Amino acid sequence: MKSRSRRQLRLTLRYLAIALVLIVFLFPVYWLFMISFKTPDEIFSSPPKWWPGQIQFGNYAVLFKDGDVIAIWNSITVSFASTAIAMTLGTLCAYALARFKTGGENLAMWIISQRMMPPIAIVFPLFLIYVWAGLVDTHAGLILLYTAFNLPYVIWMMRGYIEDIPLELEESALVDGCSRWQVFWRVVVPMARSGLMATAVFTFIFAWNDFLFALVMTRTEVITFPVQLTHYMGGQSNFWGKIAAMSVLGSLPVMLTVAFMQRYLVRGISLGAVKG
Amino acid sequence: MTARYNRLSTLIDRNFGRIAAAPAIAVLLAVSLFPLIYTIVVSFQNLTMLDSDTSFQGFMHYRAALFDTRLWAALGHTTLILVIALPLEIILGYVLARLFLEQLPGRQVFVALLVLPTVLSPIVAGATWRLMFDVRFGPVGQIVSWLVGEPVTMLWTVNPTLVYPAILICEVWQWTPFMFLLLLAALSNVDQGQLEAAELDGASGWRVFSKIILPAIRPVLVIAILIRGLDIFRIFDVIWVLTEGGPGTMTETLSIFTYQIGFVQFDTSYTAAISIMVVLALTIALTWALRRVEALK
Repeated sequence: MKSRSRRQLRLTLRYLAIALVLIVFLFPVYWLFMISFKTPDEIFSSPPKWWPGQIQFGNYAVLFKDGDVIAIWNSITVSFASTAIAMTLGTLCAYALARFKTGGENLAMWIISQRMMPPIAIVFPLFLIYVWAGLVDTHAGLILLYTAFNLPYVIWMMRGYIEDIPLELEESALVDGCSRWQVFWRVVVPMARSGLMATAVFTFIFAWNDFLFALVMTRTEVITFPVQLTHYMGGQSNFWGKIAAMSVLGSLPVMLTVAFMQRYLVRGISLGAVKG
Repeated sequence: MTARYNRLSTLIDRNFGRIAAAPAIAVLLAVSLFPLIYTIVVSFQNLTMLDSDTSFQGFMHYRAALFDTRLWAALGHTTLILVIALPLEIILGYVLARLFLEQLPGRQVFVALLVLPTVLSPIVAGATWRLMFDVRFGPVGQIVSWLVGEPVTMLWTVNPTLVYPAILICEVWQWTPFMFLLLLAALSNVDQGQLEAAELDGASGWRVFSKIILPAIRPVLVIAILIRGLDIFRIFDVIWVLTEGGPGTMTETLSIFTYQIGFVQFDTSYTAAISIMVVLALTIALTWALRRVEALK
């Protein structure tokens, strides 16, 4: 009896601790969302109000009216296109690495080391080339950049997922007279479907969240939402309403990811090192 | 026709590995090797915003970089953030992972909620903390005032004693959940039988940790440290939003510094030389680190 009440107490304490942790970590997110629903008067009241008087979408309406949402659209198109290309090229390459040991362990190591280079060391050389090639501030330029930036990730992740597929399936398809190409499309791709989905989603998020490449390579035409966000911040005046509303719009896709991809999250963010 | 097609398809089949790998490798080479060679060339010239002197200058810029106090300071700032944030994230992440380890009703939802900061764009994280830290309209100053019992004015992003805490709070807030998630996965794989046996033997908490838990989670820990360490080494976004490297150059990290001289001052050749040095140093460090990680497996 005594031990049961002690267990009860322990459980209650654990829940309390968990609640405390969640409050600390989620409060800034709450604050961001709340500001996006506030009126300017409420945003600029000191001391700050901890909840909005009423939920209103004025800050979002302004983003649409001023045409700033084009930044979200740019983010969508660039992230989507680069993900599609990186997934196609990367999965093919991953298949070669996993099944044909193309280039051996050295090639695989070179590929993953590309992922780990700091973007700042790569972005300046690339900028020089982009100026020369006229790719600055073009969709194609940014798409190519994100494709290249994400390829190592796709190759590394998909190699892991493909290695998990039993080899016998491919062998029997070959015996049945399939060409390598057919084996890839009809056996490997369907078998790796969930891995493909998860990898594609994370690839999309990496492109979506990037700031440095977009900051350097865009001027007016292809500004993505993180760059747009920094335009609202000034030394003296900040457009808090716009900052909050744009941040929320830019965060919704990644929040959906966590909700639907939780099973793949660990493997996805640990570069496949932890199978979760 | 069919004979020719057959021959072609056997040719493709025989070289399928190389053919499948080629396009991706080509893109990677185009975006890494080609600019790298170009940059090496530029780093030996003397291009600035005003000057387009393409004559050979030898190692002038490399030598200048070695004696550039601002560069070394930037490296110091980066290291400072690294050595404080990384251990904090590991310890906090481990404590949280222990807290969430046991099965509880609603656990999956709690984990998903806690992971939220990690998937946000770092720019959004920085913007969020700018809102939080704002001296007049943010809640942080208000909370501190309550705790202290008197009104305090905290200029988090301007005051020299507060800029590093501000950056570290944002950094640790965003990436502790990352450590938490990986360590949670690692801890769930620790052999329960071993733990119970140790408990029956009356082993101390520290002995259980150092003899059973730590060896079991070490591979994941190493990967997590490698990924986070490299990420913090290139920290840019959060600082750009919070302080832009200021006040002065107080919070200028390696990435911020390189951006400033490359894209604000347009010291083209000098930036090229620094880029090359960073790439070289990191390639050596990475090759070493990855070998070690491979050896762990």
